[in-house]
Amino acid sequence: MELIKPGTNINFVGKMKIAFMISLGVIAIGIASLVVHGGLNLGIDFAGGTLVQVKFSEATNVDKIRDALGTINLENSIIQQFGYKINNEYLIKTEKSSSELKGLSDNIGEALATVYSKDEFEIRRVEVVGPKVGKDLRQKGILAIVYAMIGILIYITWRFEFRYAIGAILALSHDVLITVGVFSLLNKEFTLPIIAALLTIIGYSLNDTIVVYDRIRENLRGLKKGGLEHIINSSVNQTLSRTILTSGTTLLVVGALFFLGGAVIHDFAFALLIGVIIGTYSSIFIASPIVLAWESVKPSKRKRKR
Amino acid sequence: MLQNIKLRGIIAIVVILAGVFYLLPSVTSSLPSLWKDNVDKIHLGLDLRGGMHLVLEVETDKAVESAVERISNALKDVLMEKRIRFRHLDRVNGTMITLELANQKASDRFAEVINDLFPNLVRQNSEWTNGKEKVYLTLKSKEIETIKKFAVEQSLETIRNRVDQFGVSEPEIIPQSNDRILIQLPGVKDPKRAINLIGKTALLEFKLVDEEHSLDEALKKGIAPAGSMIAYESRIDSTTGQRRKIPFLLKAKTLLTGDSLENAQVKISDRFGEPYVALKFNSQGARDFDRITRENVKKRLAIVLDGIVHSAPVIQERISGGNAQITGTFSMDEAHDLAIVLRAGALPAPVRILEQRTVGPSLGQDSIDKGLMSIIIGGILVVLFMTLYYRYSGLVANIALILNLILILGALAAFKATLTLPGIAGIVLTIGMAVDANVLIFERIREEFRLGKSPRAAIAGGYSKALITIIDANITTLIAALVLFQFGTGPVKGFAVTLSIGIVCSMFTAIFVTRIIYDYFIWYKKVETVSI
Repeated sequence: MELIKPGTNINFVGKMKIAFMISLGVIAIGIASLVVHGGLNLGIDFAGGTLVQVKFSEATNVDKIRDALGTINLENSIIQQFGYKINNEYLIKTEKSSSELKGLSDNIGEALATVYSKDEFEIRRVEVVGPKVGKDLRQKGILAIVYAMIGILIYITWRFEFRYAIGAILALSHDVLITVGVFSLLNKEFTLPIIAALLTIIGYSLNDTIVVYDRIRENLRGLKKGGLEHIINSSVNQTLSRTILTSGTTLLVVGALFFLGGAVIHDFAFALLIGVIIGTYSSIFIASPIVLAWESVKPSKRKRKR
Repeated sequence: MLQNIKLRGIIAIVVILAGVFYLLPSVTSSLPSLWKDNVDKIHLGLDLRGGMHLVLEVETDKAVESAVERISNALKDVLMEKRIRFRHLDRVNGTMITLELANQKASDRFAEVINDLFPNLVRQNSEWTNGKEKVYLTLKSKEIETIKKFAVEQSLETIRNRVDQFGVSEPEIIPQSNDRILIQLPGVKDPKRAINLIGKTALLEFKLVDEEHSLDEALKKGIAPAGSMIAYESRIDSTTGQRRKIPFLLKAKTLLTGDSLENAQVKISDRFGEPYVALKFNSQGARDFDRITRENVKKRLAIVLDGIVHSAPVIQERISGGNAQITGTFSMDEAHDLAIVLRAGALPAPVRILEQRTVGPSLGQDSIDKGLMSIIIGGILVVLFMTLYYRYSGLVANIALILNLILILGALAAFKATLTLPGIAGIVLTIGMAVDANVLIFERIREEFRLGKSPRAAIAGGYSKALITIIDANITTLIAALVLFQFGTGPVKGFAVTLSIGIVCSMFTAIFVTRIIYDYFIWYKKVETVSI
């Protein structure tokens, strides 16, 4: 079976300008959304606070839970359905953390017990993060992404050339920005596992990009006729079949995770899903054309390592 | 070449058998005990097995403060003993000692005392007014560092003791950065009780009740007379069930602390059937207790735990033998936990909870089930797709995929790595990406065939050309995973571990193992066509 017929030659590089415009547009929308929302919807990992996951044995509703929490003046907490409706699971979130209210989670249990009987609900998860830790994790998360990018920049400069590294880093930043933008648009919560997902996206998208770069390097070595533009275009086409296949298999499993993995991991899988799609797009339309664009800004001396 | 295939085949089989060897104990329990006992099961993270994750901060400043308090008391005693005239010896701003010396002679002798007996104190400043010297003393900064470091070590040790006595299996208690302690307690069902047990300072003090001054007056003024302090007893009223706070006026001086205890045990009182904690002092403590009770017959002695009065009985007679008891309205669990913390000793400084995460066992099991389900469904989809797309070569890739899974799980068990929920996601992702190496190789082989090469040449060419790409691509992913490992905590770290292991294992199975299969068919079976 063949999805992409050999000899396919789509002019990807020619669509460079359109692709750049689209990407910039999407990134701009994401940034606008960030501005409108006043930053990301930070989860308690980063903002500090308390999260309690409760499973009820029978259907209930947010108002009833809110009433129960009113007994300890926590009626302003965020209360939301978690996972599928049939599971009767709810998340209760407050900005307060242990340092302000000791034993908050126990109090929530006691407050619920005023409205529900003890065997009608089960506290399944409690997370309390102090503001100090939240700040630490925020810094660590940003640092992790920055360090990963630097490490990658160095590796690609060593294995290829600096302009390839620039292309790869811009493509990765593109992927991260768009994924973050989508999270902001949908007002999804940004948590520690999402940072892990972003780093995975970086790894995955890079994987794709490297495969194309590798082909460009190989074709340049053969020094076939035609300029860099031609070589880049045919390299993208030669690897197109692989790019689509691998994205396909990865999407199959990430999709399985998204639909079957359960509520706790749902947003994580969602980030991966977005990231894989964007990462595939960027390695075709962004990473390689940037190498070409860089060439017109700052022509290389045609000295290549290896 | 044939020799070579045999050797590679043996290597592959040995590696895979090792994977199976480490994996099996996690899958089934019907194995010889020699095998089961020596190979660990895959270690599950708290998010999968349920339990509690705590990050505590030791308030080391408080440890410094209490050290300064002790030193200032000792200084006071020495100055009185040597008859050096001073006034207003106080601790200010937590860690500074100030005092006023009456004259030049007192100043000179004071300087000697500091030199000879208190080498850890430094004079920050001194002011002369009307022939009197006001002195400001602090601890040397090196001493402060030592106290802080010791406070963290001591807290670690004490918490370890408490947790051990509480009976949690496989607890992890490790220091983190300067003054933080990370605690992982698998399977803890009652987080409130565990936090109480771990976080309680458990400073036990015996103080006399101040019966010379009026409690009411002190309460009205809101300030206790010099040398005394106000403390409260918290008692549950048996009729109304409400918590009441009963005030006490106590002498500030601590006569005896929990340091002098040898043992603490839960006993049941004969009269009311209520639990109480029986204390046994060590020999020095017993002598002190004997002297204290002898000197203060008919006075009230308060037993204060972490600043809260537990009881304040009247000393009826001198108590020799070194036994005492703490009564109060505890439940059996509370009495039991109190005995543990008293046995394990007080924390040198209070601790603050920075982070607490508790996952109930049912949620953990849910996550495992759903994670496995996604692995299985995702895996089946990929396997079907590969077979459809690449025919027999797809089957070869699928064999590699299954072996890859076995190796990842085996490696997790062998390296005692922890599998977390994001870790499961890492495995799922690896399945998707593991076939990537094979896709790269197969696409290259197809290209070689299009150039009209023989199967032997096409396969050799495909592998060698794809190899560099695969290595470059995987190393960059590995860089991201390693950074994640360095910066992540708990579940995220688990994800980095499975992703890294997955990358390494998939390179082995997708390149090394599949090549053996091809070479076997081409060189042994002399296959002329390749289904790809």
